[in-house]
Amino acid sequence: MDANIEAARPWVEEASPTFVTLIDQNHLLSSLYNMVNVPQAVWIDEQGRIVRPTESGGSIDILREFDFEAGAFKPEATERAATAKTTYLDAVKDWAVNGAASQYAFEPDAARSHVPVVSDAAMAAHAGFQLGQYLASQGRNEEAETIFARCREQHPDSWNIFRETTERMEGGIAAGEEFWNKVMSLGEKQYYASVDMDGMP
Amino acid sequence: MVTVLTETNSVETNAAASTTLWLGGDSLAAATGWELKPEGFCKDDVCVPVPAGQEDDFVRGDEVNASAFWTLMGKPAAATNDGDVWFLGEGANQRNDALASLEAPNFTLPDFTGQLHSLTDFRRKRVLLITWASW
Repeated sequence: MDANIEAARPWVEEASPTFVTLIDQNHLLSSLYNMVNVPQAVWIDEQGRIVRPTESGGSIDILREFDFEAGAFKPEATERAATAKTTYLDAVKDWAVNGAASQYAFEPDAARSHVPVVSDAAMAAHAGFQLGQYLASQGRNEEAETIFARCREQHPDSWNIFRETTERMEGGIAAGEEFWNKVMSLGEKQYYASVDMDGMP
Repeated sequence: MVTVLTETNSVETNAAASTTLWLGGDSLAAATGWELKPEGFCKDDVCVPVPAGQEDDFVRGDEVNASAFWTLMGKPAAATNDGDVWFLGEGANQRNDALASLEAPNFTLPDFTGQLHSLTDFRRKRVLLITWASW
């Protein structure tokens, strides 16, 4: 989910994965699968059917438990996050082995009820974002910026659009003041939506 | 010259840049797969009739008002201020229906060597589609 191939390349080269890694510069998958953050995941079976719709891919909402003074997440939050990741990965492995018999693969009715519904405004944001990406690729950066600002307003739940188009820190991470302001204004909302899975903290 | 983009396509047309997207000849079909027939705007098995009494808003000689048609279908059309580049996007109804069908939407994207991969390449395998980003 990166507009900039060269920003992502070092990560892939370092990890040297055995699985296929694709580059989605225009966030096409955000539009196709109604994704709003990374990591998000979809489970698709051998017949191309969704058995777990778009959901948080092993991450949980601990962002507001960051201890700025210590410069780290509170230990309890870190532990919970580690448990969440392990639980999710174990579920994936269970499904890889057991397929439809896995308790983690939804039956069609359950899968349908877990599909996140997208709004007209969010789809307008996806269209605008892809237009903006094209303009940016043509060097029309001011026009792109104006469009991106509108996209962020149309689809405020999308961290993908927000972090791709707002200020980066020196290391390339979009975790500057704008980002933290948006996090702090989440209120009751979650940064990562809870996953409906046994064992999730 | 107007560039018309969709999620899967990019077409250069001879249309005039404007706040309305009038496309001539087969430009609409080339860009989107939709074409004007006697029954209305059609793609695959679906036809959307031109609203009665509003034909002049949608058809002008051999040109069709693609932006008005797109709005009629409930789909978003994004454009530059001058209207020299348009993005014709998918609509919420279509996207929600597609996901509710549980048929995983296909896509084609490149890997880091530039080789293209489609989701359908992975039939007969279980696929964990998971996203990440450098940001």
